[in-house]
Amino acid sequence: MIEVRGLTKRYGDKTAVDGLTFAIEPGMVTGFLGPNGAGKTTTMRCILGLDYPDAGTVAVDGHDYHELGYPMREVGALLDAKAVHGGRSAYNHLLCLAQTNNLPKSRVGEVLELVGLSEVAKKRSKGFSLGMSQRLGIAATMLGDPKVLMFDEPVNGLDPEGILWIRNLMKSLAAEGRTVFVSSHLMSEMEYTADHLIVIGRGKLIADCSMSDFIARSSGAAVRVRTPMADELIKAVTAEGATTATDDGAIEVRGMTAEAVGDIAFEQGIRLHELTMVHASLEEAFMELTASSVEYHAGIPGAQATIESGV
Amino acid sequence: MTALDTRLSPLPPATGRAGLRGAIASEWTKIRSVRSTYWTLAALLVVSVGIGAAIAGGTDANFSHNLGNKAGFDATQTSLIAFFEIGQLIIAVIAALAITSEYSTGMMRTSLTAQPRRGTVYAAKAIVLTSLTLIVSLVTAFIAFFVGQALLSSSGVSASLFHTVTIPQNANVTCPGKGLGGGGPGLPPGCKVVFSGSYVIHPSTVLMAIIGCALFVTLVALIAFGIGALVRHTAAAIAIAIAALFIIPVLEQALPSQWRWDIMRFLPDAANQVVSVTIGANANQHLWSAWPQLGVTALWAAALVAAGAYLFRKRDA
Repeated sequence: MIEVRGLTKRYGDKTAVDGLTFAIEPGMVTGFLGPNGAGKTTTMRCILGLDYPDAGTVAVDGHDYHELGYPMREVGALLDAKAVHGGRSAYNHLLCLAQTNNLPKSRVGEVLELVGLSEVAKKRSKGFSLGMSQRLGIAATMLGDPKVLMFDEPVNGLDPEGILWIRNLMKSLAAEGRTVFVSSHLMSEMEYTADHLIVIGRGKLIADCSMSDFIARSSGAAVRVRTPMADELIKAVTAEGATTATDDGAIEVRGMTAEAVGDIAFEQGIRLHELTMVHASLEEAFMELTASSVEYHAGIPGAQATIESGV
Repeated sequence: MTALDTRLSPLPPATGRAGLRGAIASEWTKIRSVRSTYWTLAALLVVSVGIGAAIAGGTDANFSHNLGNKAGFDATQTSLIAFFEIGQLIIAVIAALAITSEYSTGMMRTSLTAQPRRGTVYAAKAIVLTSLTLIVSLVTAFIAFFVGQALLSSSGVSASLFHTVTIPQNANVTCPGKGLGGGGPGLPPGCKVVFSGSYVIHPSTVLMAIIGCALFVTLVALIAFGIGALVRHTAAAIAIAIAALFIIPVLEQALPSQWRWDIMRFLPDAANQVVSVTIGANANQHLWSAWPQLGVTALWAAALVAAGAYLFRKRDA
């Protein structure tokens, strides 16, 4: 259980995290989503006590991270797989970490086995591929058999096999009742793994909901209608509380199901040439949600800043 | 999707909290598991003993031309000069790397996640570094001393740790009928060097000089470590340490002699000019004696290590 309350962190005059409040529940994978620069890494650094917050508190199982008796038995965190001394062997890297928390030496071999690095245990990590470094980092998080695991963008730059391995790992860890907190800037990464979502943009909370809520909210977001009597239809549906937008001769109706739009058209005697549910993909829903909070815009096709912080 | 088996054998139950002992074990693993430690320690030994031997050998050969140089000759200091002048810079590199390499590789974030109590991590680093440099410095200083004395043994003025050595205080060249003259190279025929007076060097004095030099170099390691903690950058830390130990003392010599010694005394490297001396009369009379002067170096080390500790705890990692 990780609790973040009113977390604010500034670097100079730039506010990286701005009054963030959320809680991460055990036994599930919580996805931490946001565009690049949204403050995900900063939030994780504050949880781990690497950065000191300017305001707010962070607690791991009710304790300040600095006060945990054996931090590695509580939290395993992987922020940056390349944050190791490349001149040290995989075995010695894990050994020096295990020693800080008085963990038995035998543990090192066990976690190397778990991530499949036993054969390169004596090799210096300088020569490791990104995928191997990622596995080494995960081995380190597992040394203390922790209740909470945190991964920052764990699949960035991995090949498909590596991505699948990480996904499976996260699900297995959560299934064992552990808290898994994983960040990503890609919704597609979360689609198959996360049970819960925390979405941030520009350091602020945008959404904190279950994955199923997020799917329900985003699918059927719009109904596309083609009709020769456009004006009448727009008038009729807006009178019922829907919003409309015209797009290439079609009308996009939001806030109303396709059935409702069809019924209204029938009652008003409006002829329809097309009536389609537009299923926004999760990626689109995520982009819509965060479009207004993207730090550096490069013009995202299809992403309009229509839904802002209404979630 | 195939579920992964992430079950590990149960850990023994833990009591108390992760503390200094684990941190020291960890820092020891860190320092012994990178090649740079071995390279720099080998360099320290080669430079201190090798250059020390070259200086001793050269001096010994020179005696045959300048016999008079044996008067007031400090064999202990001669054998140790390479160690405390050049060896100190190599030790400074090891010491700075002990902390800056964790920043340059990003390892510091991993270390501080494993042990978030930063005072513990910092203290463990300082303790391991001090122990390692003290042992290595003592070993190096003794080897440099014995090798140097072996090369000087035929001169009759070599130092010893086992018995008292008496060396001449003054040397004069006497030539029949010409009276006294200075002892220069290539004595005229018929002239000879006459020694007068004597210095008695006790083994304890020699021992203190060797240990004093090792202590000095260990303090230099702590100075470089403190600088490393302050600047968190390998090249910058080494550059500052070399400037403080090597360049500032040279520049300082350009100051007016009325008051340059008043400044010199307070510089961190002044101690090496007095701790290595076994003949009291040869010591720089402008400086304090060995122990107070080592105290100055110790104060520098303490101040820099303390400032480094303060920022290590206070800054974002």
